[in-house]
Amino acid sequence: MNNTKSIAIGTAMLCGVLAAPFASAATTLEAVKDKGHLQCGVTSGLPGFSQPDDEGNWTGIDVDTCRAVAAAIFGDGQAVEFTPLTAKERFTALQSGEIDMLSRNTTWTLTRDASLGLNFAGVNYYDGQGFLINKNLGVNDATELSGATICIQAGTTTELNLNDYFRAKGMEYKPVVFDTSEQSLQGFVSGRCDVLTSDRSQLAALRSKLADPSSAKILPNTISKEPLGPVVRQGDDQWFNIVKWVLSVQINAEELGVTSKNVDEMLKSDNPSIKRLLGEDGDMGAKLGLQHDFGYEILKHVGNYGEMYERNVGPNTPVGLDRGVNALWTDGGVLYAPPVR
Amino acid sequence: MAESTMKPPKIAIDPVAWMRQNLFSSWYNSLLTVFVGYLVITSAGPLFTWLFFEATFLGDKPSDCSGTGACWLFISERLNFFIYGFFPQEHQWRVDFMFGLMALSFVPQFIERFPGRKWFGLFGLTGLPVVGYFMIPGGWFGLEVVESTKWGGLMLTLILAYIGIIASLPIGILLALGRRSEMPIIRGLCVVFIEVWRAVPLITVLFMASVMLPLFLPEGVNFEKLMRALIGITLWQSAYMAEVIRGGLQAIPRGQYEAADALGLGYWKKTGLIILPQALKMVIPGIVNTFISLFKDTTLVLIIGLFDILGTVQSTVTDPAWQNVAIEGYVFVAFCFWVFCFGISRYSQNLERKLDTGHKT
Repeated sequence: MNNTKSIAIGTAMLCGVLAAPFASAATTLEAVKDKGHLQCGVTSGLPGFSQPDDEGNWTGIDVDTCRAVAAAIFGDGQAVEFTPLTAKERFTALQSGEIDMLSRNTTWTLTRDASLGLNFAGVNYYDGQGFLINKNLGVNDATELSGATICIQAGTTTELNLNDYFRAKGMEYKPVVFDTSEQSLQGFVSGRCDVLTSDRSQLAALRSKLADPSSAKILPNTISKEPLGPVVRQGDDQWFNIVKWVLSVQINAEELGVTSKNVDEMLKSDNPSIKRLLGEDGDMGAKLGLQHDFGYEILKHVGNYGEMYERNVGPNTPVGLDRGVNALWTDGGVLYAPPVR
Repeated sequence: MAESTMKPPKIAIDPVAWMRQNLFSSWYNSLLTVFVGYLVITSAGPLFTWLFFEATFLGDKPSDCSGTGACWLFISERLNFFIYGFFPQEHQWRVDFMFGLMALSFVPQFIERFPGRKWFGLFGLTGLPVVGYFMIPGGWFGLEVVESTKWGGLMLTLILAYIGIIASLPIGILLALGRRSEMPIIRGLCVVFIEVWRAVPLITVLFMASVMLPLFLPEGVNFEKLMRALIGITLWQSAYMAEVIRGGLQAIPRGQYEAADALGLGYWKKTGLIILPQALKMVIPGIVNTFISLFKDTTLVLIIGLFDILGTVQSTVTDPAWQNVAIEGYVFVAFCFWVFCFGISRYSQNLERKLDTGHKT
């Protein structure tokens, strides 16, 4: 009996068994359809982006981005399960197939895009690092911050950005490092530091938690670019296209004035762009492997980009962020989606 | 006989004498008493004011809170989430049922004269995990499946700690026996296992289980994050348990082993009937100590994105709708942990007294 041969056969059989479930789900879209729901990675609690509400339902702009994809596939914004992930775990969870897409406040950078086997499918929020400062200090610009004590969160890109910024300006600072944003806020409140630095969206949320929010202000300077958006695995272009175009449909819908409230009336619209968007004309859905009316489903269940923004982080929410650069290109922002045609 | 019925002399117990003896016996004791008394009085007042007197208990929205005292509304509004996590509302009775069974198994252990309390305890250690296996995930007897990603809160903490405790004890006993075995391969394997697992922090084990393990598995082959965490916790805990039990085994006098051999008992009978009962009884404090520390260590699953009770609280205290409720949240978590750990500790003291056969000095 040839031992080597039998080991080889055994190994081959074992590999066959292990590879079987992997081979049967050829594309992410098919796998998601088989499962009956989308598995989406989100943060474990960031106001406005993804956070459980009183009933334990996930809410936030990152969460709505997932719901829009689920609506496009299943015609149901609730057909999605959320996996809360820490910053360290997020890419592994996506690479290993534990989740189908990652929508977790993740900054699009060259390194991440090119070396992790991932693709960024767009930007659902343009953020940037800023400074929160006590008004009493009378500082109006970040260039006056030389010698300041600054509260930072450990292990984030903000730490590196801050260092770059101060070095470039030839200024000094004393860092006070905390583990979570909650702790860094307490540090700021108790006077351990003069300035708190983080992404501007987070600063706004933290500021709203101060006993007297008007006592502190966010400086106008933005010292880094933080385009945040959904991420998918590399190598499945169809899935990449779906996630990318779901977001584009939401932005185009805002531009065309289609909302979740008027979408049923808009079905009768004569505007060819709206007709293509809602699937009344052309076969846009089929090209992506989706239903012809996937655009209608997204808008019906989640709404356009503007609605998603206003509901989660807009001026009327506790986070209270102005549209700023996240406005449409027609309103002076940078949101510009390729046309649906 | 008259002397033997005479009562002992009465000890003066009037408060002044007691205070003189215990609080003001010398000038430095008096000074310390005054100082500590001052600290207690000045800190207890504001503490109780914050906790109770000025705290808000009634209402249902953030603006109902007084702002000066604790805002317990935050806890009561979110209590469901803190206990069940994302477990669907309509299936929460299944978790309640398990809580009930758990209470039924363990509460009688505190009541000395409860009939058949031994059987309740035995059920808690054997039947309860089996029932839980069917009840909580579902998929049997027409119960709808609730995936483990939806488990959270206190319920998840209890599952992690309970399974960690129940599974690590037998594995730990086997490892401890293996380490004292005369068979070199078994001994070697046990030593390596114990030393490797005990030498890494739990946080590393969890991180490996959640981040590294999936990378080694082929794409698409996945087992749940909770399962990976549970296996990691159990293996890590059993290494600790093994060393505690080995301490007990080593404390058994040689004569006991020799006597068992002289009776003609085989290895398993000797171990099961003579050695282990004595060894385990001796190390109850050590075992309970590791149980309590495991119970608290389960909060580390936070770093792999599992929402235990601390995780659920931490994810909601940042909610901008509520102003600064972090302290209330953490006080609540601390209280929950204290209740369970104190319960475990009381039970172990109870057990020690009951099993005491008078060899203690």
